[in-house]
Amino acid sequence: MVQNRSLFASAVAHSILLAGAAFMLMPFVWMVITSLKTPDDVFLADFHLLPSKWGGTDNYISAFTEAPLLRLMLNGAFVSLSILVIQVVIAAPCAYALAKIPFRGSGILMSLVLLGLMIPIQVPALPIYIAFAYVGLLDTYTALIVPFSISVFCIFLLRQFFKTFPHEIIEAARLDGYSELGIVWLIVVPSSWPAIAAFSIFSVVGHWNDLYWPLIVITDPNLATPPLGLMMFRQSSQAGGNIGALMAAGTIVIAPLVLAFLFAQAQFIRGLTVTGLK
Amino acid sequence: MSAYIASNNRSGARYGFLSLPTLVMPATILLLAFSLVPSAVVILLSFTNYELGMPGLHFVGLGNYSDMVSDHIFWQSVRNTALYVAIVVPGSIFMALLVALLLERRRFMTRFYKVAYFLPVTATLVAMATVWEFILHPTFGLANHLLTSLGWEPVRFLADPNWAMVSLAIIGIWQSVGFNVILFLAGLGSIPREIDEAAALDGADGGLDRFLTVTWPLLGPTTLFVTLTTAVNSLRIFESVTVITQGGPDKSTGVILYSIYLEAFRYFRTGYASALTVAFLAVTVTLILLQMRVSDRKVHY
Repeated sequence: MVQNRSLFASAVAHSILLAGAAFMLMPFVWMVITSLKTPDDVFLADFHLLPSKWGGTDNYISAFTEAPLLRLMLNGAFVSLSILVIQVVIAAPCAYALAKIPFRGSGILMSLVLLGLMIPIQVPALPIYIAFAYVGLLDTYTALIVPFSISVFCIFLLRQFFKTFPHEIIEAARLDGYSELGIVWLIVVPSSWPAIAAFSIFSVVGHWNDLYWPLIVITDPNLATPPLGLMMFRQSSQAGGNIGALMAAGTIVIAPLVLAFLFAQAQFIRGLTVTGLK
Repeated sequence: MSAYIASNNRSGARYGFLSLPTLVMPATILLLAFSLVPSAVVILLSFTNYELGMPGLHFVGLGNYSDMVSDHIFWQSVRNTALYVAIVVPGSIFMALLVALLLERRRFMTRFYKVAYFLPVTATLVAMATVWEFILHPTFGLANHLLTSLGWEPVRFLADPNWAMVSLAIIGIWQSVGFNVILFLAGLGSIPREIDEAAALDGADGGLDRFLTVTWPLLGPTTLFVTLTTAVNSLRIFESVTVITQGGPDKSTGVILYSIYLEAFRYFRTGYASALTVAFLAVTVTLILLQMRVSDRKVHY
């Protein structure tokens, strides 16, 4: 009797979870299916779930030829990886100092970091834009990368992690003649892999997907990041109504992160929810 | 500096005084240059009539702010944003809590579910917004096809001013639910199992009964934290508006960040855009301060 009841409860639970999962996955499935349809199929009055004629080849070819898709992907990779490397290079030494070296002013610096945590990019965007316009940096990779060279979140996260690093090892390294920067890069950072990995995922996903800042500083399609390039492609192809090609481009744009997520699910979930978990 | 040198001497280390500046100066300078100083400049600009590209700048006191409060487009964008937040926050939390409760202590297929619910968090929203636009298309869309095949009237989701913000909110829920599922699972995981078992012995035997008397109160701090996080994130709705509706139809989806974007980077009314930005910042900071207080005392049993 009890077993029947729990079997029934389990069936109800799974049907709710499956219905929800179908809702979550539906846009992905629909995007891929539509990317394989011919324009006739897409705009057919009588509705087809699956492609009636193969249009995939044409759609993916036009995604790569009508939009500079390869260029967009390379831009996305270059920009988000550059941002990540610079953020860690700048933040790790500062995080180490805040975690391990008592110095006058560390309290003030920590308050500035916390203040920085509360300020979204949309706030300093306007003066940064004006400054870039004056020095002629709009429509450059520099404009895409440099404003994100500092990540207060990276400082915050690494500081939490570095705090637990044993002090004796640092002392021993100092006696061995390591400089402080040597200690950061050769001893503390290599043993903080989980924190660095979590931050890397957080940063790369955020900047690969970002629209606001690229939209402001970039007008040249050859410098666009994937989301901006996709938006430009959408605007240019709207008249033609080439939904299939647009969906093909979208599939390519989300593919790297989705595949990476499928291969490293736990790390991704940790990296992206680390802002909310302590 | 003296405290620093003192600790230096105590440890007998051989690092010189230059090492501390090399550690913290780059980060400090960049933090000031790209976040704190420009944010202070925005506050100053909000008291001027500066327009990018125009010569000259005058102090206008609270002029921009009084323009703002008497501008019906501003209030419309506040109402639209509030409506969006008011749908996404409870919608996302309810769905996430339900999923987390159903997933907890289940083994079979949990990995599949976690991947399915979390996938939208990683996927580029601009790409997914174009898919949603097509799904919600009045004539060719999958959503209306499903509605009509179930015998309902088709809805002009994104073309109808009454439905457009709701449609964007559905996308917002879809996008945020996976994140909240993970936070709730963490919250549920931190409830000691003995409390649950004690409650069962005390006669709180029905699932719902036990949830209402035990789990829900203990989840209180997590729920508050998730609420504030979702509110902060949904206040920043921008991508779906920019990609799909551009504020339309009939200004029904004009939201705060989109107004700021237009004023600052399309109309170049810098002073006015700065005032809007300051208002946006004030709301964001209030919510984040609340959130920090909540996360300091997340556990209370």
